[in-house]
Amino acid sequence: MMQFVWAFLVGGAICVIGQLMFDVAKLTPGHTMSLLVVAGAVADGLGLYDPLVEFAGAGASVPITSFGNSLVHGALSELERDGIMGVVTGIFEVTSGGISAAIIFSFLAALVFKPKG
Amino acid sequence: MANQQMKKTTQVQRKYQALAKGKEPPRPIVLNCIRAFVAGGAICVLGQGIMEAMVHWFDMEQDKASDPTVAILIFISVLLTSFGVYDKIAQWAGAGAAVPVTGFANSLCSSALEHRSEGLVLGVGGNMFKLAGSVIVFGVVAAFFIGILHHILGGGAH
Repeated sequence: MMQFVWAFLVGGAICVIGQLMFDVAKLTPGHTMSLLVVAGAVADGLGLYDPLVEFAGAGASVPITSFGNSLVHGALSELERDGIMGVVTGIFEVTSGGISAAIIFSFLAALVFKPKG
Repeated sequence: MANQQMKKTTQVQRKYQALAKGKEPPRPIVLNCIRAFVAGGAICVLGQGIMEAMVHWFDMEQDKASDPTVAILIFISVLLTSFGVYDKIAQWAGAGAAVPVTGFANSLCSSALEHRSEGLVLGVGGNMFKLAGSVIVFGVVAAFFIGILHHILGGGAH
């Protein structure tokens, strides 16, 4: 049960950081998301993101920062296995599921639905 | 860019801009943050619920369960976007709807739908990553440099 509470608190906190970047720093959504992804990637590079996922579960793995985290994860695990080329080949190893799902579902949606509002 | 634009404006235009800035309604920052917190937290709790369900019913390990969880969240987000519901949620929740992975799916799907009328290849295919592309570009470039740094500094994977 505590997992749900931590997921709520940590996930909410990351969204508040995003909101502050919108409202206080007056960044566009594109800039905000890019910065958050890079922040997630750097956090994983320093080994800080895994403990956060361990602790907050979906609170850390659902926000977009985890996308940067998974990119670095893929790059580093193939770096260890295949050497320097692994950095390039491994980047999408972990995230390919999410990106493919988003592309496929969005394409199918575009076939079926008309834009609303 | 902004400075270059400023140079082209006349005295009157600059005066107007200063006036308009004063009349702009202030953004309700605290309220926006509370909304973002509640909505973002709720989406993460939903994700946690899906993850626990995966672990419980499909005998998945905790870290393996996060991939199908993300896929399910993306599916839900695409459906809500297609029915025009997600944009309404986003209007209320601000970053609370944009920062979770559902916001990423929303930006893909809404770009795809918006440009549907320009055809499948040039419209849907060409514009799907119009908004989400920068996230992928900067994520990949950052991951590349972090990987190179790890290689140079000799840190292993974790």
